Amino acid sequence: MSAIAKDSPTLAPRPSGGLTQSVKDSLVVAKRNLIRMTRIPEMILFGVIQPVMFVVLFTYVFGGSISIGGSTDPQRYKEFLMAGIFAQTVTFATAGAGAGIADDMHKGLIDRFRSLPMARGAVLTGRTLADLVQTTLTLVVLAGVALLVGWRTHENIGKVLCGFLLLLFLGYAFSWIGALIGLSVRTPEAATSGGLIWLFPLTFISNAFVPVNGMPTFLQHVAEWNPFSATVAGARELFGNTMPGVPKTVTGAWPMEHPIIASLLWSALIIVVFRTLAVRKYRSATA
Amino acid sequence: MPGAIHAEGLVKTFGDVRALDGVDLDVPEGTVLGLLGPNGAGKTTAVRVLTTLLRPDSGTAVVAGIDVLKKPNEVRRSIGLSGQFAAVDEYLTGRENLQMVGQLYQLSARDAKARAAVLLDRFNLGDAADRPAKTYSGGMRRRLDLAAALVVSPPVMFMDEPTTGLDPRNRQQLWDVIEDLVAGGTTLLLTTQYLEEADHLANDICVIDHGRVIARGTSDELKARTGGERVEVVVHSPEEIERARSVLAALGKGEVTVVQLTRKLTVPVSGGAKLLAEIIRDLDARGVEIDDIALRRPTLDDVFLSLTGHAAEGGRDGDEESGGRAETERSQGPRGARAKEENR
Repeated sequence: MSAIAKDSPTLAPRPSGGLTQSVKDSLVVAKRNLIRMTRIPEMILFGVIQPVMFVVLFTYVFGGSISIGGSTDPQRYKEFLMAGIFAQTVTFATAGAGAGIADDMHKGLIDRFRSLPMARGAVLTGRTLADLVQTTLTLVVLAGVALLVGWRTHENIGKVLCGFLLLLFLGYAFSWIGALIGLSVRTPEAATSGGLIWLFPLTFISNAFVPVNGMPTFLQHVAEWNPFSATVAGARELFGNTMPGVPKTVTGAWPMEHPIIASLLWSALIIVVFRTLAVRKYRSATA
Repeated sequence: MPGAIHAEGLVKTFGDVRALDGVDLDVPEGTVLGLLGPNGAGKTTAVRVLTTLLRPDSGTAVVAGIDVLKKPNEVRRSIGLSGQFAAVDEYLTGRENLQMVGQLYQLSARDAKARAAVLLDRFNLGDAADRPAKTYSGGMRRRLDLAAALVVSPPVMFMDEPTTGLDPRNRQQLWDVIEDLVAGGTTLLLTTQYLEEADHLANDICVIDHGRVIARGTSDELKARTGGERVEVVVHSPEEIERARSVLAALGKGEVTVVQLTRKLTVPVSGGAKLLAEIIRDLDARGVEIDDIALRRPTLDDVFLSLTGHAAEGGRDGDEESGGRAETERSQGPRGARAKEENR
C-alpha cells in the first residue's frame, strides 16, 4: 500500500474559482443529495402523503361550509383552495432543507466539505437545488390528486405552468430559510420542528385557506402583506381560479393588487437575504 | 518548506474557556507529530484551526508553506482531514463518497472515478464499494474516511483520533495504512488519547492539557523524564533472593528493592535489552531459577501522570460518555466531542 501517495498528484488542481466552479460544485452536491433521497424513499413518500391528506381533508371537511364570495358551493372552494395547498406544500420543503443540513452538521459532513477546496456556497446551493427537485415531484403528484378530486384550471397551459413556476420559486426561496435554520440549530430534530412551527401561522394568516375578509382588520393587513399570500394570489390568477365576489384586496395592499410581480419580488428578496445570511453562517459554522 | 506545519501562539476561546491558550506546534516535512491529551485538552480545536475550519482569536499558522489565515482555500488543496469529525455520507456507497470528494477537490469526473477505484482497492473496500456506507463496520468506515482524505494524496494530513473506538485488529490495520502513508513522505499531525498510539506512530509527541502544550519531545525523551528503565525479577524460591540481589546490585545502577512476599526484586538499570541478557546469564550461572523477568520502560501513561497530575484515563471516561464506540459515534460523536471540548 506504500504506493498510495505516489500514483496521483499530491495537490488538488487549483480551483478555477468564480461562477463555473460554483455551478459545478453545487451540482456535485445536488447529485449527492438526490442520491440520498432515492435511498430514503420513505422521506419522499411522507413528503407527498401529507399534502395529499390536506387536499382531501380541506376539500371534503371544510368544502361545504366555507363561503367563497357568498357561496358555499364545494366546487368553488376546491378551486379556491388548491393554490393555497400547493403554496403550503412548497414552503414545507423548508423543514427538509433545514433537517438535512442540520444532519450534515451533526454527522461531521459539513466539516468534511469545509476542509475541501470547493466553492463556499455550493453545499447549501446543492441542497436547495435537490430540494427543488423533490418539491417539483411532490407538486406533480399533488396536482394529479387535485385534478382527481375535481380541481380545474381556467387558463391556457402556458399560464398554468407559470403558476407552478411561481410556486416553485417561492419554495426555493423558503429552502434558503431552512438552510439558515439548519445551520443554526443543534440537532436535525430541532431543525424539523424549528422549520415547521412558524410556517403554520405564516400559511394560515394568509389568503390560502379562507378569504381574508372574515379576519379582524389587523390580521387582514398582516395577511395581505404576507409574502405567502402574494404567491397564492398570483398562482390563483395564473390558474384562472380567482372567484367572483372575492375582492383582490380588502386593505388596498399593493402586493394583492399585483400578486405575480409581488410574489416574484418577495421570493427574490428572501433568496438574497437568507442566502447571504446562510452562506456567512456556513463559513464560520462550528456547530 | 512545503509539507510542514508550523503554528505559533494559537489562542481560541469559547466564552470564558480558553480551548487553546498559546499553542506552538512545529512538524517538519515528512514527520509525524502526535498530539496527545485527554478529551477537552484542545487537540480537536488545534486541528480545526490548522485545517481552516476555525479562525483562532490570535496566533499564526502555516501549513504546506501557505498561511492558513490568509489563504484558507489554498491550504485546503494541500491537506487531507480524517477522524472523529470529518465524516462520510452513510447513504452513499463507498465509491460514490470517494467520487464526490474527488470532484470537490476539483478533479474531473473521470479522474475522480479512477482515483476512487484505486483507493477502494487499496483500502480493501473493493467488495463493499457499491454498498451504502451505512452497512459498513466501524473499521471499514474509518478506512473509507481515511481514503476520502487521501483522494488527492495531499502532502499534509490531519487525523483526529483516527482509531478511537476501534477494536485491536482494526486499529492495527489502520496503523499499517498510516505507516505506509508516512513512508511515502506525507507529513502527519495525529491527535490521540491512546498513549500507545502516539508511541507507535509519532516521531515527536506534544502533550497538551487545558489548551497548553505541557511537554514535547520524542517518546524516549518523554519517558526519560519520568525516570529510566528498570529490571524486575521474580525468583522461584525465597532462598534465591539473596543471590539474585547481589547479581542485580552488581549490574544495576541503584538500590535493589525486594518484596519478600512475592519474591520480586527491582533495580534501576541503563543498557536496555543487552543488559537484560547479561543479567539472565549471571543469574543462570549462579543457579538462580527465575519465574519471571522483564525490562520495564515507563509507559506514556506514567509520563502523562507525572506531567499532569492526573491519569490519561480521565479522558477515556469522557469518551465513553460521548458514545465513542464505532457504531454509535457517527450519530453523536462530532457534536458531542466538540461540545465537550468547548464546555470543558
